[in-house]
Amino acid sequence: MSIGVEHYLVLATVLFVIGLVGVMRRKNLLMLFFATEILLNAVNIGFAAISKYYGDLTGQMFAFFIIAIAASEVAIGLGLLIVWYKRKNSIDLDIMTSMKG
Amino acid sequence: MFEAVSFYLFSFLVITMFLITVTSNNALYSMSALATGMILISGFFFLLDADFLGAVQIVVYTGAVMAIYAFGMMFFDTTREVKEKNSSAKVVYTLSVLSALLIVVMFAAPIISSNVEALYPMTEGVGNAEAVGMVLFTKYLVPFEVAAVMLLVAMIGGIILAGKKMDQSLTLISDEDHNEEVKS
Repeated sequence: MSIGVEHYLVLATVLFVIGLVGVMRRKNLLMLFFATEILLNAVNIGFAAISKYYGDLTGQMFAFFIIAIAASEVAIGLGLLIVWYKRKNSIDLDIMTSMKG
Repeated sequence: MFEAVSFYLFSFLVITMFLITVTSNNALYSMSALATGMILISGFFFLLDADFLGAVQIVVYTGAVMAIYAFGMMFFDTTREVKEKNSSAKVVYTLSVLSALLIVVMFAAPIISSNVEALYPMTEGVGNAEAVGMVLFTKYLVPFEVAAVMLLVAMIGGIILAGKKMDQSLTLISDEDHNEEVKS
């Protein structure tokens, strides 16, 4: 029984769906960031699998750039989150409304 | 045989860890499960002959990203239970439709793209790290430099944001208070 590219793609889909469920049901911003990390990792697995089964290194290159983007996203996002927590003393999504309408 | 066994083992462990991450109400449990899942994902990269990517996954994701999360969580009250009030029917329907659509697209994608040709074929006789270096520093040199500048910008932004005096809003305080603060 050999493992083909479909196995890895199905696994990436399952992980992506888990991350999507997390993004949709979380109300805490920190937990929302965790869910986005899951999404990025699921895509990375798909890229690496395609890269191997088509004999092309481009997939791995894109995975590297995704990792770099994830690192900078965490740095900026967590900085903004700390600023928000200092001001409002909460990181709940539902109270993040400053405009009235 | 070895590949199949390790694939299913890692899949089971990673899916379990990420389910804990998504469903747990405690931020600390959630973060620990996420870090474990990140390390286990590097196992897939080693299985897929992407050794360098697996090493980067361990070093960057669990070494840098999860460490930043651990530092950030010191600012928040993490022992408290996180309240989640939702699960209306609309959300459930949207989730199931989107998930089903995703699975269909992912299954159909390899069938449609069966005539894909390798743009940068793997070089024979060199290791993965060497091949990655050769492609990264020739074909992808400009994106590599742009990514370096982006990381620098992110570092400066993180330092500025988490620094002092950022908890006051400059737009919400009046001009007189701001001028006094600048003078003092």
